[in-house]
Amino acid sequence: MHQILILSGKGGTGKTTVASAFIHLSQAKAYADCDVDAPNLHLVMGSFETEQKQDYMGLKKAFIDPELCIGCDACRQVCRFDAIEAEPQYHVINIACEGCRACAYACPQDAISFVDSKVGDLRLLQRGDEHFSTATLIMGSGTTGKLVTQVKNQLKQAVDPNEVAILDGSPGIGCPVIASLSGVNLALMVAEPSVSGISDLKRVIASARQLQVPVAVIVNKYDMHEQKSADIEVFCFKEGIPFLGKIPYDREAVHSLNQGLTLDQISSNGAEAVKSIYSRTLDLVKETMKG
Amino acid sequence: MATDLTVAVLSGKGGTGKTLLSVNLAAVAQKATYIDCDVEEPNGHLFFKPTILSERVVTIPKPVVEQSLCDGCRICTAACAFNALALIGKQLLVFNEVCHSCGLCTTLCPKKALTEVEQPLGVVREGQHGTVSFEDGILDIGQSEAVPLIKALLRNKHKDLVVIDSPPGSGCLVSEAISGADFCLLVAEPTRFGAHNLAMVHELVQILGKPCAVLLNKTVEGAENPSEEYARSHGLSIMGSLPYDRTLATLTSEGLIASEELDHYHAFFSGLLETIRKEAADASDTHPQR
Repeated sequence: MHQILILSGKGGTGKTTVASAFIHLSQAKAYADCDVDAPNLHLVMGSFETEQKQDYMGLKKAFIDPELCIGCDACRQVCRFDAIEAEPQYHVINIACEGCRACAYACPQDAISFVDSKVGDLRLLQRGDEHFSTATLIMGSGTTGKLVTQVKNQLKQAVDPNEVAILDGSPGIGCPVIASLSGVNLALMVAEPSVSGISDLKRVIASARQLQVPVAVIVNKYDMHEQKSADIEVFCFKEGIPFLGKIPYDREAVHSLNQGLTLDQISSNGAEAVKSIYSRTLDLVKETMKG
Repeated sequence: MATDLTVAVLSGKGGTGKTLLSVNLAAVAQKATYIDCDVEEPNGHLFFKPTILSERVVTIPKPVVEQSLCDGCRICTAACAFNALALIGKQLLVFNEVCHSCGLCTTLCPKKALTEVEQPLGVVREGQHGTVSFEDGILDIGQSEAVPLIKALLRNKHKDLVVIDSPPGSGCLVSEAISGADFCLLVAEPTRFGAHNLAMVHELVQILGKPCAVLLNKTVEGAENPSEEYARSHGLSIMGSLPYDRTLATLTSEGLIASEELDHYHAFFSGLLETIRKEAADASDTHPQR
């Protein structure tokens, strides 16, 4: 499966807006929402015919049997995740426990066992030959990187290996982003013309390059600050990063997204811009597939 | 009247105005500490441009193998819950990317073939901007575990007002960042995406038992606001709204602090801070410290 991943570093720059327009324009047969921490793509993808939903289990978490615990404190001392509290009686804080089992090895009473812990739901939605892979994480959970990998794997298994998948990414540069970058043909960065947008863009580009993933850049809402937008173009030119276009700010866009439409479905400058960006992106991906 | 108070600003969705709010709330307080917990993509420093007073490297321990001592007993590989160790032939390999630095393998090794070596994760900085004490953390590129860096960042104890600029999302980073907060200010934009992620963080702060309220950002007179609808139908207190303003957007794009540039924004954020102090005080009266 070939993969185009939409990233940005900074949140709220328009990843989902661009990803949903790409999906609609390309009539994509395969797409996924890798932002398991705050998924939104499903809000603009309409309804599906079938849904396979499965529990996503994380590592089992520690449980201290109060009957067996003698309060020796060995478990609390060995835990590096501050997941054990002594008061009112020794117990595990579930969202802090990473399931490493160091506490169980330290316990002289064998009072610690491990219990299943569901950390999210994995969903595969289908409509004709279209597949949409997404997930939701239970609030406050960790292991988001592993869930992102699962989201991508179930899509890979469901679709033709020659399919070009559109992946909506998450903000940041940490574990979910690193997991989403794995095996990607092109990471398209949606930048915002602001000091924050530029700073975050540089860090996410560095992260992708460290993993040898080819990158390209577009600017969203470029007319919010034309000078900063020009700064981004100059930066890309200097760094030898393909710059694939810019999308103007569009009040209408907010309205249509709120109605569940994608940006390319409305007749406006933004829609025109995203269409030409899409065709340039596709050309670039074809090149990377050859190369 | 200034009292000790830790306010966390969070949103679920990115780009809704967390940094804008946290920076301005800290800036209008007489005395405050601003802590940027978005260690993956920290932006607070772009606004405060603080004089950096200290910078220290935060490290995490990772096991390192002395192959000559390893006899291939596989105790460590069997025990590691993260599959971060593997014995390939006679070589014991450690996969740092998946290692959680729990220390179990080092403790268990009967031959003392594993020792922990501290490896850099990122930096934590302290600085000053006028009366605002500034702290942030910057995760090294390629590192995936931001939680230990946030923990290191929040280790200092503070007096007066502390404003925590949270990372986006509603996962482990956010729960870590807001763990010490007395009050959570949620920021939401008037979109379906904003409302959906607002619902997620609202659920998170309720699970953590934190008093909270929402500020509606980028509101447009007469236009629909899914976040407002969510708040009204879910008993989430609305602390105010900050109307969309092109001037404010431009100031923010340029890294300027609106409350330092324009009087009416100084007044707005001072008023907001007063409201937060009142609501937080009421909340601690009704919910005595847990």
